Amino acid sequence: MASGVKPRVKVPKTAAAGDVVTIKTLISHKMESGQRKNKDGSPIPRSIINRFTCDFNGENVIDVTLEPSISTNPYFQFEAKVPASGDFTFTWYDDDGEVYKTSKSIAVA
Amino acid sequence: MQFTRRDALIMGLGAAAASVLPIQAFAAASAEEELAQFTGGAAVGEGGLTLTAPEIAENGNTVPISVDAPGAVSIMVIASKNPSPKVATFNFGPMAGSQSASTRIRLAGTQDLVAVAKMSDGSFVQASQAVKVTIGGCGG
Repeated sequence: MASGVKPRVKVPKTAAAGDVVTIKTLISHKMESGQRKNKDGSPIPRSIINRFTCDFNGENVIDVTLEPSISTNPYFQFEAKVPASGDFTFTWYDDDGEVYKTSKSIAVA
Repeated sequence: MQFTRRDALIMGLGAAAASVLPIQAFAAASAEEELAQFTGGAAVGEGGLTLTAPEIAENGNTVPISVDAPGAVSIMVIASKNPSPKVATFNFGPMAGSQSASTRIRLAGTQDLVAVAKMSDGSFVQASQAVKVTIGGCGG
């Protein structure tokens, strides 16, 4: 599923140095589990996002391994330390080899 | 050879049992295997890990869960009655603000959800929570 995949990320625009911020991410993806069958009874092949990572200025925040039991449109909420201004990079890895990337910057006041 | 009604019934029962048993045995072993693979056979303790999930989930397609284990390196979530029991593994990096995360998962039916955390000192803790599912979320 390479079409219609849209990552959405919510990161605060500013933070104080050393703050812990909450990040919410959502990506539209049907996460076909490989368990469902179509009308003529043949199984629909698995097609999911199998890995999600978030980095801040090149350092890892969270690295999640996803399995077919994750819901459609995978949603994650987690917390990150912000020692200085910089960029969060979010990466999703699809089963079909596609990689979806987005980034958000945060300014330390 | 002639089939009597009794023979036919016994054969039917045997066939039904044979078709059901391997599937259940496979699923159960698989959940334990995943656990053993994650812990490397180490003893799993209690405490220090919070798994939050609803007691009753009306729709098994999206069940909100969250895990929280201060000092953990990674947390794995297992749903033993799902067709593939492993749900997700969270690995926390140096920039993680807390060792907690929330997501939404699929549950095939009413079952115990289990989370296992690997702590930074190499020990393992687990927490479980029973979730009642009204409508299963894995197709079929």
